[in-house]
Amino acid sequence: MIDPLVWLILLPLAWATLAFLLGPGRGAWLAIAALLVQWCLAFVLAQKVGAGGTALTHAVGGWGAPLGIDLAVDGLSAAMLLLTQTVALPLAIYARSYFKQDPAGTWFWPLMGFLISGLNALFVSADLFNLYVTLELIGLAAVGLVAAGGGAQQLGAALRYLFAALLGSGAYLLGVALLYGAYGTVSIASLLPLVSDDAPRLVWIAGGLMVVGLMLKTALFPFHYWLPHAHGGAPAPVSALLSALVVKASFYLILRLWLGPLQPLLPTFAWLMALLGAGAIFWGSWQAIRAEKLKRLIAYSTVAQLGYLFLIFPLLAETVALKAGVMQVFAHGLAKAGMFAAAGVFIKATGHDTVAGLAGAVERMPVTLIAFGLAGMTLMGLPPSSGFLAKWQIIEAALAQGHWIIAVVALAGGLLAAVYVFRVLRQAFLLAPEGGTVAPVPRALEWSALALAVGSVVLGLRGVELMQLAGVGA
Amino acid sequence: MTTGMLFALVGVVLFAMGVAGVILIGHLLRRILAFNVMGNGAFLVLVGLAQRNGTPDPVPQAMVLTGIVVAVAATALALALVRKLHALTGQLELPEHADD
Repeated sequence: MIDPLVWLILLPLAWATLAFLLGPGRGAWLAIAALLVQWCLAFVLAQKVGAGGTALTHAVGGWGAPLGIDLAVDGLSAAMLLLTQTVALPLAIYARSYFKQDPAGTWFWPLMGFLISGLNALFVSADLFNLYVTLELIGLAAVGLVAAGGGAQQLGAALRYLFAALLGSGAYLLGVALLYGAYGTVSIASLLPLVSDDAPRLVWIAGGLMVVGLMLKTALFPFHYWLPHAHGGAPAPVSALLSALVVKASFYLILRLWLGPLQPLLPTFAWLMALLGAGAIFWGSWQAIRAEKLKRLIAYSTVAQLGYLFLIFPLLAETVALKAGVMQVFAHGLAKAGMFAAAGVFIKATGHDTVAGLAGAVERMPVTLIAFGLAGMTLMGLPPSSGFLAKWQIIEAALAQGHWIIAVVALAGGLLAAVYVFRVLRQAFLLAPEGGTVAPVPRALEWSALALAVGSVVLGLRGVELMQLAGVGA
Repeated sequence: MTTGMLFALVGVVLFAMGVAGVILIGHLLRRILAFNVMGNGAFLVLVGLAQRNGTPDPVPQAMVLTGIVVAVAATALALALVRKLHALTGQLELPEHADD
């Protein structure tokens, strides 16, 4: 019997190991083929969940909890699985061309496989300890990817990232230990009825530790210090994977806890989360506006865009806020992957990573510039992109519940995004300097970046289905 | 106070010391050791708190075994990175950022 749920975890593990044995050349083809299958599996799973209207569960090896490990998929998980495969597939095609004859790409394929496997496992895990293990899997694979470039700066960024990730998951684990001490279970479903408003102080501390640890891993302002170096310094396909997917994994987990077992405790902190989110939007945008390096600019834009995800917390009383959050995760995931991919093309072609070096890009690399522009459109939240839909939903929910301040922050964030996106576009439209050379770039690079960016815009037209899916089982 | 509670309290103290070490220490090897102290603190809490009426609960012990495997993997990765960094720069501390 083929349960897509299990194969979404096993397949990437299998191809990662095989890619390690086969080497980067054949490994790349294997990864692309397997990711295509995974995308179909995720799509089938999403349809099943959407049609059934309830969560699906699977007891691994026929052993249910508490002895075995239970996996569960509801609308939110199915949506995240779909996003992961949708972003990973074009990025794999991109990375195959990007890393051709580049020693930095030798270990890319196994690490990417382990990363995808960890992400898929995280999205279907139903107990807090299993979630800890998947968090660590993701963290270690991501650190390996950051270090793959091999330079001293990259190693430094990787080590900083590693220590941030380990601190985050350590705090999370201590929280899990305290919860287990209080209730004797780590299953999300069994914890749900146990935790109540008058829970002992110990449980409050546990909840606080878990959420703070995850905020560190999500790089929420002011815990974002590691992100610009790790995401800005890594090779472009790695930056794209990290910005589009990895930070979303820990955000997903915060959301899962918030809607699940920690529900009674956390409304107290909802406005703190929104405040930090607003801080992230302003600080990240400001740094992006000032950044001289292109990839640093995009990395700070990630800090800002992550802020939107935390604006939804005071609004979560209605499911529309959750749907807006999922929409923003998709919009940012696709757009940021496209944007980093486009930046990688610029860097490969011009040989340097500065915004100033982009002059003349409009004549020489129009396809890539369109990709960058479309992704920028989503980040700004212009219609009909998915970013527009996400921001519009946040603003609508905020006004409906009388929290106009959140609407103001969301609007201001869109304007600030326009400033840094147009800074890049303006530079690209300038005349090329005399004597500047532009290396030819493989077409697969340009077109896979464009595919991601177009996806982020077109998704805006199919947003209703996605938001319906996200609401299943919520 | 039961023995289990004692273990848990020691665990909390170790965890706090480990966190302080990971944040404050510049020397990378000592920082990796601090991370291990932190992890062991969390493991002690997990095992210590879960004793009911003096009989240990097997589930958290299985979890701690898994946790130890994760911690070993993380330590190995950190050591490999530090060795590479040392080979490149001759330093056992993180390089300053080039541009800020």
